[in-house]
Amino acid sequence: MKINERFYPLVATLAVLALLYGYGIFEHRAFSDTYVLGALLTDNAFLIITAVGMTFVILSGGIDLSVGSMIAFVGVLMAELVTGFGMHPVLAAVISIIVGSAFGALMGVLIAKFDIQPFIITLAGMFFLRGMCFLINLDSVPIDHSFVSEFSGFKIPLPGRGWLTASAVLMILTVIGGIIIAHYTRFGRNVYAIGGDRQSAELLGTPVHATIIRVYALSGFFSALSGVVFAFYTASAYPLAAVGVELDAIAAVVIGGTLLTGGMGFVIGTFFGGIIMGVIQTLIAFDGSLNSWWTKIMIGALLFGFIVLQRLITRSFSGMRAGAG
Amino acid sequence: MAQATQPQQTGKTVLSVRGAGKFFPGVKALQDVDFDLHEGEIHALLGENGAGKSTLIKVITGVHPRDAGSVTLNGTEIHPNHPGDAQALGISTVFQEVNLIPTLSVAENLMLERQTRKFGLIAWKKTDEDAKAALEILGLDIDIHRPLGSYSVAIQQLVAIARAVALDARVLILDEPTASLDAEEIKSLFRIMRDLKAKGLGIVFVTHFLDQVYAVTDRITVLRNGELVGTFVTKELEQIDLINHMLGHELAEVSAHRHQDEGNYTGPKREIQVKNLGKKRVLEPVSLDLQAGEIVGLAGLLGSGRTELSELIFGTQRADSGLVFMDGEPVMLRSPRHAIRAGFGLCPEDRKQDGIVAELSVRENIMLALQGRRGWLRPIPRAEQQQLADKMIKALGIATPDSEKPVGQLSGGNQQKVILARWLVSKPLLLILDEPTRGIDVGAHADIIKLIKELCDEGLALLVASSELDEIVAFADRVAVMRDREKVSELTGAEITQENIIEAIAR
Repeated sequence: MKINERFYPLVATLAVLALLYGYGIFEHRAFSDTYVLGALLTDNAFLIITAVGMTFVILSGGIDLSVGSMIAFVGVLMAELVTGFGMHPVLAAVISIIVGSAFGALMGVLIAKFDIQPFIITLAGMFFLRGMCFLINLDSVPIDHSFVSEFSGFKIPLPGRGWLTASAVLMILTVIGGIIIAHYTRFGRNVYAIGGDRQSAELLGTPVHATIIRVYALSGFFSALSGVVFAFYTASAYPLAAVGVELDAIAAVVIGGTLLTGGMGFVIGTFFGGIIMGVIQTLIAFDGSLNSWWTKIMIGALLFGFIVLQRLITRSFSGMRAGAG
Repeated sequence: MAQATQPQQTGKTVLSVRGAGKFFPGVKALQDVDFDLHEGEIHALLGENGAGKSTLIKVITGVHPRDAGSVTLNGTEIHPNHPGDAQALGISTVFQEVNLIPTLSVAENLMLERQTRKFGLIAWKKTDEDAKAALEILGLDIDIHRPLGSYSVAIQQLVAIARAVALDARVLILDEPTASLDAEEIKSLFRIMRDLKAKGLGIVFVTHFLDQVYAVTDRITVLRNGELVGTFVTKELEQIDLINHMLGHELAEVSAHRHQDEGNYTGPKREIQVKNLGKKRVLEPVSLDLQAGEIVGLAGLLGSGRTELSELIFGTQRADSGLVFMDGEPVMLRSPRHAIRAGFGLCPEDRKQDGIVAELSVRENIMLALQGRRGWLRPIPRAEQQQLADKMIKALGIATPDSEKPVGQLSGGNQQKVILARWLVSKPLLLILDEPTRGIDVGAHADIIKLIKELCDEGLALLVASSELDEIVAFADRVAVMRDREKVSELTGAEITQENIIEAIAR
């Protein structure tokens, strides 16, 4: 049976992952240990959580540059709430996530109602949030609370020497949640429709504005959640944290096989995309002789490859509007 | 206004429009139009471009709010605010350009916003079954999980119709659905339309093809300049009367045959020879001679290689065999730029996509080829541009308030004239026209054909690809017949008749 065209990028993503992981195991015996897997899941948890939100944004044909600043902002806000106001970290996290979602929704309203390029609005959001960080706090501060140490102490042992941390578990739950939203709700399908062809989606009766607002609210939600995980994971807040994470998240989404112009892709692909980026980093760390900038070079090359692959697939489509989305 | 005959009822009236009016700044797009659609009928909505067909449809489906009059569906007045509203009420529309999502699967396109849900989540099994059932109504058996974009435009069109019908539609509006279909596909579309009609649906059918109107419709409503001309029973209306209603004037010159000896060109003899031009898997090598002051028709069915030959000569596709000679000298044709420098011009088949630059003004569009030929380092002075554009607007009768209007806002016929003007100011030797009259109303059609003849008299060599045989017969001095990506025959002079061309295609 012929594989559905829509799965080609996902197959490519899996092939790249298998290749890299296989190479790792072949070169370094320790690579096969679940310790590496556990570390991959934990270290990339905040990136993948953000990237799940970014997947929806890119599927809808948009972009969200504010997510990196959001992570830093949420961290600083939580530190302030916990140490300044003596709030319980969980309450602080809930408040932060609500603030983050609301901010995302606000950007969504501006994008949808005023029909402004998401690039511009979220760029403004990126600067705004980064500035807000410094308004609250100029320095790196620790988040001291018994709950935070409990969070980082939480471990589910894996067979072998590895374990799953709370960050990793949260990330896996986020990915599952993302898959359900993307594939089993009308909202999710409408996101795909709008990214595929916004004009047609409108004529088919899709509530375009409401969907776009919810997409950016969702991205705000996921990036704020990622900020919470990041803050717990590092047990500190720093206004200059997570600089450039928005670009890493976009890279994870694209390497995960989502069409950069929108309309095609899978949340699970983004998970694999994030893991691939982690594997590359780990491989370079294992090697020891290579400069860490090789990570960027490899990710750059992969991005090129995936964008060309996507172009080849969509070019064969008839009825694809020029510049759709 | 002609007298509207009151035909006998074929069923009860499902959709009724009374005194509909729509005004745009400075334009009465629709004025006092009545329109009735019965259950179980196919009703043609005809008129030239700008007659108000699209506006009427947009008023009915809620794309535009109406400024006057009423729309009633099954006796209740409706006020849809967008096509989704109208859909929910039972009025479904299939537009000329397929308005589905190419990246989603067929099933998802059919079921978007209509998926069956259990506990708030989509139940895919039931949803897929519903999608299959929707396609079965049309007798369409395709893999519903593949992306829609991987199917041909014809199948996409049918999927759009399946979606429209699956909505418990009472009224189905088909806005030029046949524009991109071939003869076989049109036949099966008509079969489906008759099936749906038998099920009691009221179908509004908008088209430019009069033979299709006679093949499938029961009644005809004609609009002209935003006003109602009348509603007629198809069987009782002669085609010539219909054309008169649409145009409001006699149209005699269209069918006048231009014989070779009528050519008035007396200038120097220039010759363009196409020798064995071909490309693997695209076109078998073709040879063809063209002379200044001569119109060569390119006949054949859709996909016979007409467009491909045009593109190879113009360098849009690079040939891997053969050469083009101009007055005996070989011409390098590696890209359209080379072709333009050599004095070739192409009016492409897909006007919107490949022809006009919709956002640019009429003047800027007209200047493109000339500027391209001069190179960007030698800009054409503004005053000269203005003068040339005004001259062309006048000469070709382009209906535009001024030369600065964006071309995208003109009607199809006027867009085509702008593209012609673009090439004319660059004074080409060879102009290739690919389906120059497609999607153009009958009046502009006659204008364009008249223009083609005049151009030829001025010493251009013209290569005109067209699927409308009567058109080719009317103006061509010679006809090259294409079949299966090959030139199969060449007819000259008195041999050029529709019968001979059809025979050559069928042989």
